[in-house]
Amino acid sequence: MVHNSLPLQWRKYPERYYLRGNYCENCKTSFFPQRQICPNCRRKGKLVEKETPYTGKIVSWTEVSVAPFGFENETPYFLAIIELENKVKILSQIVDSKKEKIKTGAKVKKLFRKISDIDPEGAIAYGYKFKVVD
Amino acid sequence: MRSVSIIGCGLTKFGEHWEMSFRELIAEAGVKAIESANIEGKTIQAIYGGCMASGRLIGQEHIGALIADQFGLNPIPATRVEAACASGGVALRSGILAVLSGAYDIVAVGGVEKMTEVSTEHASFALGGAGDQETELFHGATFPSLYALMARRHMEEFGTTEEQMAACAVKNHKNACNNPNAQFQRAITIEDVMNSGYVASPLKLLDCSPITDGAATLILCETEKAKKLCENPVEIIASTQASDSLALTGRKSLTEMAATKIAAKEAFEKAKLQAKDIDFAEVHDCFTIAEILATEDIGFFKKGEGGKAVEKGKTSLDGEIPINPSGGLKAKGHPVGATGVAQAIETFLQLRGEAEKRQVKDAKIGLTHNVGGSGATAVVHIYKAIGGKR
Repeated sequence: MVHNSLPLQWRKYPERYYLRGNYCENCKTSFFPQRQICPNCRRKGKLVEKETPYTGKIVSWTEVSVAPFGFENETPYFLAIIELENKVKILSQIVDSKKEKIKTGAKVKKLFRKISDIDPEGAIAYGYKFKVVD
Repeated sequence: MRSVSIIGCGLTKFGEHWEMSFRELIAEAGVKAIESANIEGKTIQAIYGGCMASGRLIGQEHIGALIADQFGLNPIPATRVEAACASGGVALRSGILAVLSGAYDIVAVGGVEKMTEVSTEHASFALGGAGDQETELFHGATFPSLYALMARRHMEEFGTTEEQMAACAVKNHKNACNNPNAQFQRAITIEDVMNSGYVASPLKLLDCSPITDGAATLILCETEKAKKLCENPVEIIASTQASDSLALTGRKSLTEMAATKIAAKEAFEKAKLQAKDIDFAEVHDCFTIAEILATEDIGFFKKGEGGKAVEKGKTSLDGEIPINPSGGLKAKGHPVGATGVAQAIETFLQLRGEAEKRQVKDAKIGLTHNVGGSGATAVVHIYKAIGGKR
């Protein structure tokens, strides 16, 4: 299962543990995950590593009742698209939050959580989930 | 300037074909297409085959050569084309470009998917590959959930309702009742959809297209030659394609598909037509919200008006712009690699006046719209009926 590949987990620590993205100093745009070239400036772009803010707000959300392979035991769970404070959008599960508080515009902050543990031979994958903050 | 026309088509029934294998499906569609074009198989010079996920669904890759072999057409070149759920549409476009280039005069374009060999969970995982594995699927996103995120946003920005989305499913099931190749030839009601249970809120089971086995094949021919070979070829007057980020989070907006807008705009420019000139369209309704987005992004309705339009019957078979007379992906079925080719087949039949009880009246110009993933690929084709030999 690709989710639990050990080299993949190892490569993804900065992204999945610390939301490390990058930033183009030429067009002042933030990216997450990191990009290899700036799509706005292409060769003129100047990308530098930059951590993404840990807080933002929900742009859209859904309650998932039918899960994909490996998430069957977690239903129902919430997924949201979040706009972080640097305008970067990120898709994440929303956990540890009352259902009625999960709505568009709600403020959220990043947590560190287990994401996937479906391959008995593979690595347990950790990363980000978000919760609603009052 | 060379141009390309369709001279024949073959389609299997769409549905759960437990009695048929991948290769039997594509062979049936291929044989039917060659018979329908009334040509010798050996006049076909190349094959383009759309297939999304055979590796995960049946453990088989190398589909191009497999199709050539099943058609009995070795040793002509055969190429698999993959663009997720737009594989069929992009295969069609590849075949068109090959004929336009002058490399070939006659090519076959196939599309096939065998999806019921594995469990629904495994099929869903395979389909998930159309999204972004690292930032979407990894977090438990499914295709219904990605479209649900678009649907919620559309509801909140434009007041689109769950009942309006349900109306798409009701209309498409109604159309499919008159399509003998459709998976679901039965009518449903708004209540059925509303009571069908959430898969990913606000989308319910009956907002979603099904898992389907099926295959489709078209025979394409250079237009001057087509007029000699065929009584009523259908000319493809525009073929366009656009790309966007795999992940939803990379899009400028959640309530429009930029790739669809760009492909449609370029197609209208090429065909020297406008949205109002189109008599009917087969659009990519993998979910009901996708049909609403498509009718807005192609330009049939203003942004935000798509939900109201379907509710008012504007997209019904007898409405101002019939959408998905075949029943669409929702009710005809969605064997992902075959879908884009099957849309072209429906258009071919409609423009030849051969669509029987689901015939759109006075259909002269048709449009197809095929999407990969949640909008990372969009393919648009425009077709026109032309006269041939008498």
